[in-house]
Amino acid sequence: MNVSSLRRIGQMLLIPILAVFTALVVGAVVMWIFGDDPLAAYRGLWNGAFGNARNWSETIRKTTPLILTGLSVAVAFKAGLFNIGASGQFIIGTVCAVAVGVNFEGLPTFIHLSLAMLAGIAGGMFWGFIPGALKVFTGAHEVIVTIMLNYIASLFAGWTVYAGGTQGQTPGPLWDPTAGPISETADVFISARLPWIFGDPYRVHWGVVLALLVALLMWWIIFKTTLGFATRTVGANSKAARYAGINVNWTIILTMMMAGGLAGLAGTIETLGLNHKFAPEFTGGVGFDGITVALLGQTNPIGVVLSAFLLGALDAGGSGMQFDSGVPADIIQVIQALVLAFVAAPTIIRQIYRIRKPSDQIESTVFSSGWGR
Amino acid sequence: MGKRRTRVTSYVIGGLVLGFLVMALLVNTTALGENTWLRVFFGVSALNFTLRASVPLILGAMSGILCERTGIVNIGIEGMMLAGAFAAFVAKTSTNSWPLMSSLLFGVAVALAVGGAMGWLHAVFSIRYRMDQIISGTVLIILAAGLSSYLFDRNAVAEGKFGAIPIPGLAQIPVLGEVLFSNPPLTYTTLILVVVIHILLFYTKWGLRSRACGEHPRAADTVGINVNRFRYMNTILGGMLAGLAGGFLVLEAVGQFQEGMTAGRGFISLAAMIFGNWMPFGAMGAAMLFGYTQALQNELLLAGVTTVPRQFVSMIPYLVTIIAVSGFVGRVRAPAAEGKVYETEGGSE
Repeated sequence: MNVSSLRRIGQMLLIPILAVFTALVVGAVVMWIFGDDPLAAYRGLWNGAFGNARNWSETIRKTTPLILTGLSVAVAFKAGLFNIGASGQFIIGTVCAVAVGVNFEGLPTFIHLSLAMLAGIAGGMFWGFIPGALKVFTGAHEVIVTIMLNYIASLFAGWTVYAGGTQGQTPGPLWDPTAGPISETADVFISARLPWIFGDPYRVHWGVVLALLVALLMWWIIFKTTLGFATRTVGANSKAARYAGINVNWTIILTMMMAGGLAGLAGTIETLGLNHKFAPEFTGGVGFDGITVALLGQTNPIGVVLSAFLLGALDAGGSGMQFDSGVPADIIQVIQALVLAFVAAPTIIRQIYRIRKPSDQIESTVFSSGWGR
Repeated sequence: MGKRRTRVTSYVIGGLVLGFLVMALLVNTTALGENTWLRVFFGVSALNFTLRASVPLILGAMSGILCERTGIVNIGIEGMMLAGAFAAFVAKTSTNSWPLMSSLLFGVAVALAVGGAMGWLHAVFSIRYRMDQIISGTVLIILAAGLSSYLFDRNAVAEGKFGAIPIPGLAQIPVLGEVLFSNPPLTYTTLILVVVIHILLFYTKWGLRSRACGEHPRAADTVGINVNRFRYMNTILGGMLAGLAGGFLVLEAVGQFQEGMTAGRGFISLAAMIFGNWMPFGAMGAAMLFGYTQALQNELLLAGVTTVPRQFVSMIPYLVTIIAVSGFVGRVRAPAAEGKVYETEGGSE
């Protein structure tokens, strides 16, 4: 690697690193104002994320789904689409994977696991197809549609495991009768589970390797294939893409399906590797975090992996922080919002640290050209 | 297509509204009211619930209209609302010892102020720092959710909320009086605000200038309108309206604060704004339609007339929103310069 490309990487990393640093400083000020001890909080945060092997495994565990939801949002951004729907796609993916996982007892492991994973991906893809198709055929803006689909997804998922109502409502199809009044599914069969890399007391499963491979695959798709080229061209200038003979509508639908499939895979991995069942409280909060991950990683798959690791560490450290120092873990969400703000508006960071703008780089990203274009 | 279709659509909508009103009148005054299903759909309690559920949506939609008419996309209404709700709660709980009315009004004032501050932040992000407006809105949503959970004192209790103030004379009208003229103060305020905003936007110099900034900022600039000043001002005003919506939730509807209590109302307001073609009365109608679907959901569950699992009933408002934005967006038109940074000729950093 020569000097100039090292310098380019340095420039790319500069803003995100300063953004995270600044967000932590502002977060500390907020904690100080409201009477919490920021030093103790951050010490707890660090310990919670990296203090011992067990905490490391938690960080890796939290990172895994974030890589995939981050990729989901990032690939949509590449086509100029804003996928706020990763949580809904995550949930639908989970439900579909569990549906296969709790049925078909006795299948060989390889086949059962593959089927469950394919079902999860397909479910997510379908949930991504809806906003893509509605955008293309009716002009409905994907932001509104994906948000509404998030609510519908969690209600639908809640119904599938519903234990039945007092007014004679029938229980949901995935509800486990042995759970009694609790709304949850049975455990998926062992043949449909992702094996552990490090079992008890660590909780690291092969999903993390899979997520990293998928990140590489997405890098290849986005930068080395025709589909990726079409996606990026539509995102850069959809009119030009049309003149160049790219089927813009089809690209939008395919991209949303890819995004949905990735978020669905996130849910699938989380269930088949870790929870082994579904209950309504397993929400797709990581879907929303995917937005921060994607932007912090500058929508580049490799960057997404790094920023997912950072957010995973924050997430895992948050509970340690609350335990050690008594500072509510919700402050992590505030810090995330600040990171997002500073990454999305690099001018703020430039002004604070007096960094000159690199001349060869076009900075501002514009996704929002109004509703229903 | 075009004009004829618009006219037909408005006849259809007018007919439906009229039919609905006649049914409501009949069900609540005649023997028809003994039918459970009809009561679910047209009973006074459904109508009251509709209005209550609509108020935050109407305010949110007005917030969206103010911002977007000047060219700022405001997807952060949800966050502004939540911030307003939390601010109102904190203000109310810390003044519990005051006389009820002054404590409540203080809560409203604080909700307005915090909502306005959120609007200002959105404007600073998207105008001064040229952040993508949808991302700026998302930042506000995450920030409001994080801060309100971080600061929420789960032991605090707000004592008392706004009660109904029947308007003498009008409140005695059967059905109509019960639904429209015996409401708490923020509900009246909201309905009046819709009229005020409509007049301001379409019959004043300020409104014309605001709209010019959203349609053709270059032209507005040429005739001497300070485009970004208008955008700042309207985004702050919009933030205040969204904050008021949050204040309504805490001070008038629920009486307490719950984490994430806005529950997507900000987003549904946006859909109402689009559905209503960026017009105050249109958006109010759309907001009431969404409010009605929520009321229906509530009434269906209360009456116990259906064995459909509650999850499917609860999906109704969200499904209606999707149908609304996909069925109508083609026929409505957003302000032309929406979402784009405006830079003056030869403007610098």
